[in-house]
Amino acid sequence: MSASKKEWRQARWSEPLVYEIGDPQKTGVILPYLDELPKLAERVGARPQGKVFREDTPDLPGLSEVETARHFNRLAQMSYGVDVGPVPLGSCTMKYNPKIFEEIVRDPRIKFLHPLQDEDTVQGLLEMLYLLERWLAELTGMDRCSLQVPAGAAGELAGALMIKKYHADHGEERDEMLVPDSAHGTNPASAAMAGFKVVRIPTSSRGTIDLDALISVVGPRTAGLMLTNPSTLGIFEDKILEVAKYIHDSGGLLYYDGANLNGIMGIVRPGDMGFDIVHLNIHKTFAAPHGGGGPGAGVVCAKGDLVDYLPRPLIERDDNRYFWNYSCDKCIGSMRIFYGNIVPLIKGFLYIASLGGKGLREVAIQSVINTNYFITLIKNAKGYELPYDPSKPRKHEVVISAKPLLNETGVSAGDVAKALLDHGLHAPTMYFPLIVDEALMIEFTESEPLETIEEYANTLKKIAEQAYTNPGKVKEAPTSTSVRRVDDVYANHPKTVTPTYRVYLKRLRGEIK
Amino acid sequence: MGSSRPIHWAPSSSDRDRSRALSVMGISDVFELYRDVPHNLILDEPPRVGFGKILSEWELRLTVEKFLSKNTVYIDPPPFLGGGWCPHLVPALVDYIISRPEFLTAYTPYQAEINQGLMQALFEYQSLIADLVELDVVNASMYDGSTAVAEAFLMALRVTKRRKILVPEHMHPEYRRVVETWLYGKNALLVPVKYDEHTGRVSLDDLESKIDNETAAVYVENPSFLGSIEEDVEAMADAAHKKGALFIVKFEPISLGLLKPPGRYGADIAVAEGQPLGSGLNYGGPGLGIFAVRWDRKLVRQMPGRIIGLTRDAEGRRAFAMILQTREQHIRREKATSNITTNEALMAVAAAVYLTLLGGRGLRDLAQSIWLRSHYLAKRLSEVGVKAPVFESEFFKEFTARFPKQYKAIHVELKKRGILGGLSLDRYWPEKSNECLFCVTELHSMKHIDKLVEAISEVIKQ
Repeated sequence: MSASKKEWRQARWSEPLVYEIGDPQKTGVILPYLDELPKLAERVGARPQGKVFREDTPDLPGLSEVETARHFNRLAQMSYGVDVGPVPLGSCTMKYNPKIFEEIVRDPRIKFLHPLQDEDTVQGLLEMLYLLERWLAELTGMDRCSLQVPAGAAGELAGALMIKKYHADHGEERDEMLVPDSAHGTNPASAAMAGFKVVRIPTSSRGTIDLDALISVVGPRTAGLMLTNPSTLGIFEDKILEVAKYIHDSGGLLYYDGANLNGIMGIVRPGDMGFDIVHLNIHKTFAAPHGGGGPGAGVVCAKGDLVDYLPRPLIERDDNRYFWNYSCDKCIGSMRIFYGNIVPLIKGFLYIASLGGKGLREVAIQSVINTNYFITLIKNAKGYELPYDPSKPRKHEVVISAKPLLNETGVSAGDVAKALLDHGLHAPTMYFPLIVDEALMIEFTESEPLETIEEYANTLKKIAEQAYTNPGKVKEAPTSTSVRRVDDVYANHPKTVTPTYRVYLKRLRGEIK
Repeated sequence: MGSSRPIHWAPSSSDRDRSRALSVMGISDVFELYRDVPHNLILDEPPRVGFGKILSEWELRLTVEKFLSKNTVYIDPPPFLGGGWCPHLVPALVDYIISRPEFLTAYTPYQAEINQGLMQALFEYQSLIADLVELDVVNASMYDGSTAVAEAFLMALRVTKRRKILVPEHMHPEYRRVVETWLYGKNALLVPVKYDEHTGRVSLDDLESKIDNETAAVYVENPSFLGSIEEDVEAMADAAHKKGALFIVKFEPISLGLLKPPGRYGADIAVAEGQPLGSGLNYGGPGLGIFAVRWDRKLVRQMPGRIIGLTRDAEGRRAFAMILQTREQHIRREKATSNITTNEALMAVAAAVYLTLLGGRGLRDLAQSIWLRSHYLAKRLSEVGVKAPVFESEFFKEFTARFPKQYKAIHVELKKRGILGGLSLDRYWPEKSNECLFCVTELHSMKHIDKLVEAISEVIKQ
């Protein structure tokens, strides 16, 4: 008898909080060289005392090693990642994370290196980072890259600050950043952090940027345009060269949000499209894992005059010696301490090293095949529709709408997402981009085999069928996950919001109302 | 196009699967899927990256070996280098847990029901940090200590609608550069506060003379970059609060096993580099930005970053959810409190595992062990003619030492003896070329410390 996916069940442990099982006196670590303590105390001849020191022991619950292992393993069993099943979150590029990379980054010759140790003792690592920088510049069509930024959004902030400083240095007061209405939320947020006013550009019925609307707002106050290409609809901006020309002619700069690079990597380069600054997400496109929200690694690249503005230090070579160059006449400064999130960066290096240019191109093509294969399977399915020019091929991702389903059955995109969980499939990104009602934004990446894509499309159809016959049943989902539908209102209500166990106890004691 | 075998990690890229997919789609050439891309933009050939061919795991391993063999690792003794990033014990279980695929390969838990375990782990992280610093609200998480400080400053500007921030003049120089970068768009003003030449502590007089009604925040590092533990923190908090400014404290997490937590002496925001809590060295990244805030609606509403909260499910059982998301970029766009989305969640889980393994008692024992070892090194150095510590004040794991000659030359000699010494302060202050900053932790045995001292004694006699 073969197991059916319908019987998927997630672990349901009712695992207590560590506070409910731990004890401050318990510990799971034997500290090194404890036998030396009496002798050390004697030699030092003093002990910590004075008003800055505490008398009490921190009130933190401890567990033995075996109890800690079980506690967190049970929590892991109530979680879900790419190694469990598909996670087709659109714009998140949830690829498979190769295990060989995990093994290599745990080598002591990476793991035990101190960021401030002498450069002559880390030449091998610097050489890898140097090659990574060259490769990323080549892939994006840029001159130089800074590996310093810790995530994509930090890369956007770096880019926005570079644009700001560039215009300031040229004596221009340009305070408007153009951002399409289909953009990732980080784009307007980053522009605002850099002190820009955000001007929203609408999307045309073709699913690309509305060129007329763009032309009507471009002017002497335009600092730049932040754009993803392909867009969050998965559609390539076919007028990108005209867009770039309008922006450049008005004195503005073009910023490329690299979150959507996967489907065109090695085929088309942002630099050739006219972009001046690019950020990449090593944790998306270059297969470093997301870790439940991070660490990621962003990289920000620039060409021409804008190289001077990149965050420092940059990795450089001088006669076969590799070193960090901190020189900064015009640069914006540093986005974080030291050089970047080295562990994910090395995984990015290993990914490019494994695949080479030809392999990366095949990756891009396969991700686009997967998207369009899925579209073919789903496009005539009852309850769903494909907004914006269905005749256009999508690239890394596709956005479908469950609006017909909602109108005809009352079952929403959110309900569909929860129902998918009951089949052991992670939901797509939902309700994004904001320009699509009842949006389900799906990105399989090249990692998913055709069979998984078929299963996913079939499950979406099955859920729609059930919505037409028994909508109440769909709205009950999920029932197979470790908890039932989570109460977001209770979670956020001022009278019940509880961000820590400390607040939980204060509420119990009536100290917070 | 394509080949008989699939390429790495793209299981349906074989000719067989591709032709099946193409025939279902009704197209004959994959480049039809790029028909909307202007032709002149499409590269004639694949970019020249990598090593010119696809590498198997074995070939990759051998290729990498050539690079890694050029690195030198210091384990016995471990580096005496710090600068806010010191070698610490990472229990094997910490790395084991964060290698669990359900954590490692997960995305941000946007689907709460299928990611309760991850959310509970992050809630526990927030709760443990809250109890460590004695402040009620903690996010999960910022990128590192330096960006946590930058976000704290940006938050103070929003909360107070003022533009001045008082910072110690001997603030961590790398943090200062990061903060200035992040504040570039905001027309903020960083005002340096003097430090006492003898104690290395922030001058309370100078601080009080510079604080005014335009001051958004007073920031202190405790311990300071050069190691001094601040004593007048309560007076600083009072001075800040009297003028309606926020008091922001950067702390060292393990030191709170011995030192009073910032929440006890009036901090409104407490930030830290969480690297000591199970992240390891990793040549400086990833780190973990710790960010904690006092329970105050006005403050919490302006907090950056992701927060997990306790709630219930449809059957009334305990559950976890992302809370207060209306502060975040995916909802508020340009009105968000920060642009952060990807953060250091996995390192936050590592910190939760680490703190659970230690427990309160273990943390106190650890802090005591570090305190004794750093003081042992200082004492031994002063026995061989080195001024250590330079400042007359309490210190925890990092402290400065002044040598009779340039430290850099000594450093080179130490390296020849297999010892990675301290951080030469001329990196940041040319006039401090005779000084270095040492870091001593639980990983340094008496033998390690003796070895360092003997080598220094030998070198300075030369």
